[in-house]
Amino acid sequence: MNGGDEVVTAPAGPPQPLDWKFSQVFGERTAGEEVQEVDIISAIEFDKTGDHLATGDRGGRVVLFERTDTKDHDALRRDLERMDHPINRHPEFRYKTEFQSHEPEFDYLKSLEIEEKINKIRWCQTANGALFLLSTNDKTIKFWKVQEKKVKKISEMNLDPPKAVGNGCVASSSNSNSPTPGLANGGSPDNDFSFPPGGLPSLRLPVVTSQETNLVARCRRVYAHAHDYHINSISNNSDGETFISADDLRINLWNLEISNQSFNIVDVKPANMEDLTEVITSAELHPTHCNMLAYSSSKGSIRLIDLRQSALCDSHAKLFEEPEAPGSRSFFTEIIASISDIKFAKDGRYMLSRDYMTLKLWDINMDSGPVSTFQVHEYLRPKLCDLYENDSIFDKFECCLSGDGLRVATGSYSNLFRVFGCAPGSTEATTLEASKNPVRRQVQMPSRPSRSLSSITRVVRRGAETSGVDANGNSFDFTTKLLHLAWHPTENSIACAAANSLYMYYA
Amino acid sequence: MAMIDEPLYPIAVLIDELKNEDIQLRLNSIRRLSTIARALGEERTRKELIPFLSENNDDDDEVLLAMAEELGVFIPYVGGVQYANVLLPPLETLCTVEETCVREKAVESLCRIGAQMMEQDLVESFIPLVKRLAAGEWFTARVSSCGLFHIAYPSAPEALKTELRAIYSQLCQDDMPMVRRSAATNLGNFAATVEAPHLKVDIMSMFDDLTQDDQDSVRLLAVEGCAALGKLLEPQDCAAHILPVIVNFSQDKSWRVRYMVANQLYELCEAVGPEPTRSDLVPAYVRLLHDNEAEVRIAAAGKVTKFCRILNPELAIQHILPCVKELSTDSSQHVRSALASVIMGMAPVLGKDATIEQLLPIFLSLLKDEFPDVRLNIISKLDQVNQVIGIDLLSQSLLPAIVELAEDRHWRVRLAIIEYIPLLASQLGVGFFDDKLGALCMQWLKDKVYSIRDAAANNVKRLAEEFGPDWAMQHIVPQVLDMINNPHYLHRMTILHSISLLAPVMGSDITCSKLLPVVINASKDRVPNIKFNVAKVLQSLIPIVDQSVVEKKIRPCLVELSEDSDVDVRFFASQALESSNQVMMS
Repeated sequence: MNGGDEVVTAPAGPPQPLDWKFSQVFGERTAGEEVQEVDIISAIEFDKTGDHLATGDRGGRVVLFERTDTKDHDALRRDLERMDHPINRHPEFRYKTEFQSHEPEFDYLKSLEIEEKINKIRWCQTANGALFLLSTNDKTIKFWKVQEKKVKKISEMNLDPPKAVGNGCVASSSNSNSPTPGLANGGSPDNDFSFPPGGLPSLRLPVVTSQETNLVARCRRVYAHAHDYHINSISNNSDGETFISADDLRINLWNLEISNQSFNIVDVKPANMEDLTEVITSAELHPTHCNMLAYSSSKGSIRLIDLRQSALCDSHAKLFEEPEAPGSRSFFTEIIASISDIKFAKDGRYMLSRDYMTLKLWDINMDSGPVSTFQVHEYLRPKLCDLYENDSIFDKFECCLSGDGLRVATGSYSNLFRVFGCAPGSTEATTLEASKNPVRRQVQMPSRPSRSLSSITRVVRRGAETSGVDANGNSFDFTTKLLHLAWHPTENSIACAAANSLYMYYA
Repeated sequence: MAMIDEPLYPIAVLIDELKNEDIQLRLNSIRRLSTIARALGEERTRKELIPFLSENNDDDDEVLLAMAEELGVFIPYVGGVQYANVLLPPLETLCTVEETCVREKAVESLCRIGAQMMEQDLVESFIPLVKRLAAGEWFTARVSSCGLFHIAYPSAPEALKTELRAIYSQLCQDDMPMVRRSAATNLGNFAATVEAPHLKVDIMSMFDDLTQDDQDSVRLLAVEGCAALGKLLEPQDCAAHILPVIVNFSQDKSWRVRYMVANQLYELCEAVGPEPTRSDLVPAYVRLLHDNEAEVRIAAAGKVTKFCRILNPELAIQHILPCVKELSTDSSQHVRSALASVIMGMAPVLGKDATIEQLLPIFLSLLKDEFPDVRLNIISKLDQVNQVIGIDLLSQSLLPAIVELAEDRHWRVRLAIIEYIPLLASQLGVGFFDDKLGALCMQWLKDKVYSIRDAAANNVKRLAEEFGPDWAMQHIVPQVLDMINNPHYLHRMTILHSISLLAPVMGSDITCSKLLPVVINASKDRVPNIKFNVAKVLQSLIPIVDQSVVEKKIRPCLVELSEDSDVDVRFFASQALESSNQVMMS
């Protein structure tokens, strides 16, 4: 809020459109390099402070990045401020560590292969400098602790190390039946083993020396066997002790500390599976009210439920749906209405949803329709038939909101992503490409004709490697889709995944 | 370094393994910390071992947990109570780790040590520790601090007491819900140590904060505090301060809070006294019995008897009984089941007339419930009603209920009812049993499920114990022995098992005359499994029967079996022979 927003000083009217710049890339592909399936990023998440970023990939790995600019620049900033310079720092990250979160598994009872692909990552409350996060694949949620550990060197043993090793049987025997009865019959060693009152001077404690530390990720808990269908979302509660997990038909509530039981709080499974018309596609808990939960459906509706009302929340407190425009119905209407992701804004008042063609911003106090709708890639509408045939129409794009709630962002094809201003009166609508030059070529094109002409929108095109260009000069490449992206919680910085590469931008 | 005397060797290994790579070995060493301490002596324990433990606190949680536990009982090894304060630093760090169970154990150990410490040491080292934790940077330290105030407070001088109360009040308003939850959980303990005037002012204002918390999870812990605080306050203060809160809670928006109230309400009745109970708590409880949420009704229904015991019978009949009647036909089977598990206990509270008039119809309708758990719960508490009205009134309805359960398609239900058969038999008496239930008991011996057959065999034994050998000779033994000719070998095996259970109850004579011949006969069975079970049963009969019988009948049979073609039969037969030899020697 303090970094990039300094530009926004106009007292009235909407904030100016942001000028996005490339910041960093991790895992950039060299020309002609083929992407390994396992390296494709499948989840991105900033932690609450924005000092850490986690990505998960199809190979079941979780990679952590840490912010480098805050620590180093604190002193420097004060100098800069004194000199009345604008602060031009932006979040910069460096690789911190990575670990294998999930492995491929086979469910023998159901003859099902369980992919190791990370579906979602959520950060939990930090404690004592250790980082905690939840990661999930289709079936199993895991709770990880990442912590610096001292590398220990032990010297000054009582027994020479070689000897201790040589008498391995003795060393391990202190486990169960030790040669001395005093140890084995631990109840009353006094009787069998007497020590002089001053102790035995010849015994010494090991001396531990440690200089370096290294990061260790440990799996603290595994929450398994609670979902019959694939888990699409996990979300932490503001109470700091519970979280939810959602699959196609059910949402379960867990206590972070209890891994062997969960409570089913939403169950949309009909008695007869043939009556199934709607599935859960995404779920999130409210950022501050521990009792509020929103979930989206494949029919394009969002349901807000109050966990206080009942133990099994089959009836919703509020239903958010956009009334269907008359006459616009087609074969694809229902398919493209399906919501792929929902997010609460930081203040909890607004919710953002992404369906195939649009981003919608909802006010939780208004269930009659979205506050605003942003067309993400309207030029694809004539191509829905092709998109259906190659299954692209079922791609699940994520969406995100800026920390100040003034802007929203989501991905599209050809490694493009779009940023929209959602403050009242804002016409900001930027298209960026996930590459080192996000705004390579600017083409004037009114992407939202309903808005005033003053809207300056940009569209970029990929270079020569573009696979297809339609009549309007818009590019689309179905194979390079930008599904996952995240907005830094406090600054205007976006991290997005293009296949195996992580691109970061700032404004 | 290798100059360790032979007897010291195990201790030396133990010490070295404090830092072994293998977590099992480290754990083992930590569990033997007292041995290590004694080997080092008190002074070196204080000066070397404890600092060593304080420095090495980034171990695995399992090791830390064990360390937290060991340190709690370490006072004797550091030289007694006057040195207790050296144990505080390692436990203080353990109070800040992320793993909840380690912190809880460390707090527990600190409380244990603090309770033994001398007043001056408490002021000089324990109270500063509590203050440091309460001001901790990470929430983990603050969470732990809440559990230590009740130890620190009593010995603090006046000024410090004021400060401690202020700190606790801060903790009740902490940003982190985890800290507020811990403050809510421990408020009762802390309040018990605070002087009456402060209790009414400071503690009550903290309590008010907690009861108005945004987070359900904090509010519902505050509910638990209601009962604890209520017991500390004078009845009139309790009525003035706690009662409105609990009445409010009973109408809370969150079902989880109401659930807690439903569970706790009866405890408050005693604290507030009879008049407020009648005017406020009874209506609140009636509301909870009618709650929209089934979980709340389950909790409330489960406390019906406890609540009624506190009330006088008229109030119970007037207000609670109508609700009970409604709950007995509740739409949720779990509510009915919860009710069924306690409702029998109301009979002694209400007295004979009210029970016959009002409760009996409810019992009867629950006995016909479609959900087996409900019926089982009624049957399991039959004795409580029997004391008040006698069983005759129920017996007419009982039988169909029992028969239906006995034939339930779920074997766990059948298992449950078998386990109540001896209880039923004792309540219903021999006559009733002979007519109606005898056949059922035999039928279970032929059940398809092993667990049922096994329980049935046990049941036969318990019945024989209940009604005596004479009765059993007439009503059980012949029927059981008949079944030895069952074509299915598994059923024959069940009979052998029953015989081995019955024999000790029936005594030597009957065993020799009736049971033993059947067993001996079975040794000619064509199935090896039967034959080696015969060997096992014979072995179990040896101590029961006369020496001469062992010689004349059992041993020849065993000898024969020990030459069987099947290896298992030979094995068990020779085992039995061996044990018969031992009996003869002694």
